[in-house]
Amino acid sequence: MDTNFSPDELAFRDEVRAFFAEAYDEELQERMKDPSTFKDAVIDWQKRLHAKGWIAPGWDEKYGGVDWDSTQKYIYESERSATGVRDVIPFGLTMVAPVIQAFGNEEQKERFLPGILNSDDWWCQGYSEPGSGSDLASLKTKAVLEGDEYVVTGAKIWTTYAQYADWIFCLVRTSNEGKRQEGITFLLIDMKSPGIKVNPIVSIDNHHSLNEVEFNEVRVPVANRIGEENKGWTYAKALLAHERTGIAAVADSKRSLRELVELAGNEVNGGKALLDDPLFQKRLSDIDIELMALEYTELRVLASVRSGGAPGAESSLLKIKGTEVQQSIQQLRMEIAAYYQGVLPNELESEELGHEFGSLARQSYMYGRAATIYGGSNEVQKNIIAKAVLGL
Amino acid sequence: MNFDFTEEQVMLRDSVARFVQDDYDFDSRREIADSAEGMSKAHWQTFAELGWLSVPFAEEYGGFGGSATDIMVMMEEFGKGLVVEPYFATVVLFGGLLQDGGSDELKNAHIPAIIEGSRLGAFAFLERQSRFELADVKTSAVAGGDNYTLNGEKVVVLNGANADHLIVSARTSGGQNDEQGVSLFLVPADAAGVERTTYRLMDGQLVANITFNDVAVPAANLVGELDKGSELINSVVQRALVALSAEALGAMGQLNAKTLEYTKTREQFGVAIGSFQALQHRMVETFMSYEQTKSLLYRAVCALPAGGSEAWEAVHALKVMVDRAGRNVYEEAIQMHGGMGLTDELDIGHYAKRLMMINTTFGNGDYHQAQFNALRYAQDSEDNTEQSRPVLAAASGERV
Repeated sequence: MDTNFSPDELAFRDEVRAFFAEAYDEELQERMKDPSTFKDAVIDWQKRLHAKGWIAPGWDEKYGGVDWDSTQKYIYESERSATGVRDVIPFGLTMVAPVIQAFGNEEQKERFLPGILNSDDWWCQGYSEPGSGSDLASLKTKAVLEGDEYVVTGAKIWTTYAQYADWIFCLVRTSNEGKRQEGITFLLIDMKSPGIKVNPIVSIDNHHSLNEVEFNEVRVPVANRIGEENKGWTYAKALLAHERTGIAAVADSKRSLRELVELAGNEVNGGKALLDDPLFQKRLSDIDIELMALEYTELRVLASVRSGGAPGAESSLLKIKGTEVQQSIQQLRMEIAAYYQGVLPNELESEELGHEFGSLARQSYMYGRAATIYGGSNEVQKNIIAKAVLGL
Repeated sequence: MNFDFTEEQVMLRDSVARFVQDDYDFDSRREIADSAEGMSKAHWQTFAELGWLSVPFAEEYGGFGGSATDIMVMMEEFGKGLVVEPYFATVVLFGGLLQDGGSDELKNAHIPAIIEGSRLGAFAFLERQSRFELADVKTSAVAGGDNYTLNGEKVVVLNGANADHLIVSARTSGGQNDEQGVSLFLVPADAAGVERTTYRLMDGQLVANITFNDVAVPAANLVGELDKGSELINSVVQRALVALSAEALGAMGQLNAKTLEYTKTREQFGVAIGSFQALQHRMVETFMSYEQTKSLLYRAVCALPAGGSEAWEAVHALKVMVDRAGRNVYEEAIQMHGGMGLTDELDIGHYAKRLMMINTTFGNGDYHQAQFNALRYAQDSEDNTEQSRPVLAAASGERV
């Protein structure tokens, strides 16, 4: 057992640190906070990462990827979270691109990968439907082949940032024969196609990032189909098992927990810092200990991947524990904020209110409820572990 | 022993329930909460006409002379409808302080006005630094002639935006955190030197930060005894916590009912999701959360007349349960509704937000657990051994 970084790895860490300090500047951060400049700021940031050559750690080098081993990925991710640098929008870079690389034809690779790599194309994901959540294979959006085009009709839901997207990758039903999973096809659809309508969904944090996307006889060239018809489920599933080691968000949680310690040190109740309250300390350490364990669980999974193992059901464990820790941190931040959690954003300047993080605490808590629902709900993840690991 | 409500209590409960059902569906409620006033003055008049605003007040001031149980049955129904009209702020807090501590003149001037629906009140107690400590008071009141001069700031004042009169806690002697030396003053919201900044909370409440800049308050507006405000506050807050918890119970019941209904109709994998045992067990947990909360609510309302540490133990326990069990209920409701639970459109998130606000009002779960621990397990407390008999304590409550 050796969990120390080598000198080369330490040098890499310093390089990452220095780059973030310079490239992720305050002006950029301010623009990311404002919904009206958010999209452009994200694209700017991703272009800076691209210029540095670091935009696509998971990609093959021949497509413009960067050849990092899992330790380097871990270091990069830790530094990114620790400094509060925003992660890349995953839909293009880490979700559809690996599918295109693995299962797309040469023409599709040439056509789509450069726009993803340089962030000119914004992608969103069309999996869930109003009637198909955890039971994804029950999806009903249908695609009927007419000549060299599919005609797509149906609706996708919970589509993050569909309002910004140039492209959507979709699972659609092309057959009702046989097993449900065997009649699903993977299509890439231009969001400017006639017949697409994006309906905003305001979530309980009072923000708009989610959408419903309606497809009304949308015509999609067969050339936009990934692989074979009716094999889309296999491609999507390969992707799900692929890049999931970051899902535990350990580094993010560590940073958040450090913030909590600072906030609780400043919060006073009856003349005493909240951080000195034994009940509060217990809450804090309950999370801290769980997170210490999770950090090593993740490292153990990484180590096994490095020595040739495939991340299988372990990624379910990381998802369950990771999201539980995230939610308990969000919960504790709410406890610190007390009644200030109730103040809506933009209602009062923090100076006038006398409090700074209440509204943010609530938003992250409220939207954070989604973490145990999306990406395969935690209930479904437990089913996976029960079946795949315990053999039940 | 029985846990039945009196005929009058049943009538009171049914009358609020009918109002919520007929006039307070979720869309109407949203419209009211989003309106500039954040409440419906027309509904408030209905509250007056139906006699609800008179419930806790003594008959000599035109009140109904009701008990904490009467308030409890009403608050539970308000909770079911997410009613935003300021019953709690005006009747329970402002009215409660007046009833318990006001002079005859003050009572005559304000209680009949509350009852007829023309007086909206607020209790301004929070300060930027005070968090859950009600005695952490920097706002000062200095005597001079027939007046006190009030200076300071109160924050997140419930109903602070609509209130025409305020009861303000201020320090008249002692240090910033001393129980002794806090006094209460009744101040018209339009008095010279009073300034309000209003804003909205996530549960739809319209609140205010209020500053007092050399506000002259007649000595006759002192509510309760000079320097003894903390005792008065504590006794009113004790009842207020029971009322708030009843509201929470109403919201929890609605969440459970709506979630149960959803799991029976939402299908995944070809069956209703409620048929999955993994979910069934969790639904059973939320059901038990509700029942345990109801039990502690009844226990607390029965313990109120006994007063002292027996009453406080029951109330602290209740508020801890409302926090823990309430969170269990709303977090499961959101989770089981899946993506839909995360939308602003569905009422689930709004019940959750109300419960979250209730949790932070007059102390969260941790705060009350610490108070509970101090009362119940403190080694130097003389009556400690006497109090560690929960069953007897429950049975000793007189009929309420």
